[in-house]
Amino acid sequence: MKSEVKRLALNGVKGQKSKSQIVNLKSKISNLILYFLLLGFTLVVLYPIINVFSISLRPSDRLLSTSLRVIPADASFHSYKVLFTQTPFIHWFFNSVIIAVVVTLTGVALASTAGYAFSRFDFYGKKSAMVGLLVTQMFPPTMLLLPMYIMLLKLHLINSYLGIIVIYTSTALPFCVWQMKGYYDTIPFSLEEAARIDGSTRWGAFTKVVLPLAAPALVITALFSFMTAWAEYVVAAQVLQDTSLFTLPLGLKQFESSMSTEWGLYAAGSLIISIPAVALFLFLSRWLISGLTLGSVKG
Amino acid sequence: MSSRAFFDTERISPNTFAYILMVPAALVMFGVVIYPFFYNVLLSFSNMSLRHFKDWHIIGFRQYGEVFSEKIFYSVFFKTLVWTFVNIFFHVTIGVALAIILNRKLFGKGAIRTLLILPWAIPQVIVALTWRSMFNYEYGAINLFIAQYFHMTPIQWLGKPLEAFSACIITNIWLGFPFMMTIALGGLQSIPRELYEAADIDGATGWQKFWTVTAPLLRPVMIPAITLGIIWTFNNVNIIWLVSNGGEPSDQTHILVSYVYKAAFNLYRYGYAAALSMVIFAILLIFSLFFLNRTRASEAAY
Repeated sequence: MKSEVKRLALNGVKGQKSKSQIVNLKSKISNLILYFLLLGFTLVVLYPIINVFSISLRPSDRLLSTSLRVIPADASFHSYKVLFTQTPFIHWFFNSVIIAVVVTLTGVALASTAGYAFSRFDFYGKKSAMVGLLVTQMFPPTMLLLPMYIMLLKLHLINSYLGIIVIYTSTALPFCVWQMKGYYDTIPFSLEEAARIDGSTRWGAFTKVVLPLAAPALVITALFSFMTAWAEYVVAAQVLQDTSLFTLPLGLKQFESSMSTEWGLYAAGSLIISIPAVALFLFLSRWLISGLTLGSVKG
Repeated sequence: MSSRAFFDTERISPNTFAYILMVPAALVMFGVVIYPFFYNVLLSFSNMSLRHFKDWHIIGFRQYGEVFSEKIFYSVFFKTLVWTFVNIFFHVTIGVALAIILNRKLFGKGAIRTLLILPWAIPQVIVALTWRSMFNYEYGAINLFIAQYFHMTPIQWLGKPLEAFSACIITNIWLGFPFMMTIALGGLQSIPRELYEAADIDGATGWQKFWTVTAPLLRPVMIPAITLGIIWTFNNVNIIWLVSNGGEPSDQTHILVSYVYKAAFNLYRYGYAAALSMVIFAILLIFSLFFLNRTRASEAAY
């Protein structure tokens, strides 16, 4: 950069300023500006995370500090210790894991088969079923939650995991079916035909030929189902009212309500809840772009 | 064993096979989507509430009448439109701009991209509660920050209607742009380099290249994403509910979905909430048909 300016200045002295060098310098300067913009944005994105981290390290007598230091004076892991030993946090964590895993497995199983049928076969009601799935995306959350809630009340299924697992699966399912269908559409039909000629059954052609190729879409489906269930608040707040059944977000909200005394617990807890979700998300993010765009373009 | 499936798929017609594959998903969808939907329609014509939970009966269109006769519906609807428009506008502009920058050759691009996706990866509940704590009047990072570096008086973020609503919008912009960025990045990667080279030869400026090459080729990728984004934002209870703590101050920060959530689960007005849900659904359905039709028509023009 510096030498560029110098060379340009020298050239200027010699009176033979070449046009391409100016363009080159201009693009370098614009690159630099863009770089700063990008870094600025990254900082805005990171700040809330840094802030939570810093609060989680505050000693309990200085939770309400007005300092903006990242690592607080006499930082301690006190909040984490209390979180694991004196609150039902581990219990809530376990509850969330059970629900999220069941929802993910059901979601993948249902979406991979239904999406395949939509992609490969023409059958009565196919078009309207596809449109119907899309329309469910326009339901406001209360549209299904309220009737389900009343049904659960009448069936005495409030405070049971069955109810919430079913609700979560159905929330994620329409998007997942569309997304699986879009991906299957990009896999040539001739592959299955070849497998069938080699003596494979329909089911075999689906599970042994198509499914492995659809791995990226399966991964997106799994991720989407997991994220729907892992840290959901609005549904859980109505369906799970017994503290022993609480999932992580419900527990966290309880800490948040008494901010002055439990801010450290909230911060530590939210970091721990985010880690599995973020790790999974980033680990899978290279599949994310191809899976999502293919699904949406071809869908 | 390995070549043999658990049921014999050879003896049945392809259609039957398709139906068998559909059955599990269809059963679940029937139980938790279709049946509740019709139950909701029924509820919207009833007077069910906490007081009339067992002895409810059909009262016709009265709940719908109530929805449209209450003044608050119109102000909440207006706020919902502002909320959706402002959010999507910033999601798309920030997302596309960042995607274009990230599509160049830059040092550390992969790492920056990963960091920029973080807001999408963090569970929404945590995003909302964390921003709520950052908007805290006395101890929140934002007021501390503007006091320390800009010497401004602290802002009552969560205590006043306009400020609280802005706080919700800021939070939602922060968490929503990575989705658009990711979609735009995917779209950009599929634009052939030659088009830009051709534009360079014609002496196009960067701005011209954006409007003549990038924008039209991104459109088909962005339109479905924007449609989905609008629906998701319109229907997002989480952020409003958790950042403003259920519509505080005094129910001034509601959008339609948070308002109906409150009517259903805090005020137990079941029939009314069911009717309002139907109205919200109708609004979104009409919008989507209109929007998709228009974009399809303009796409044909290209």
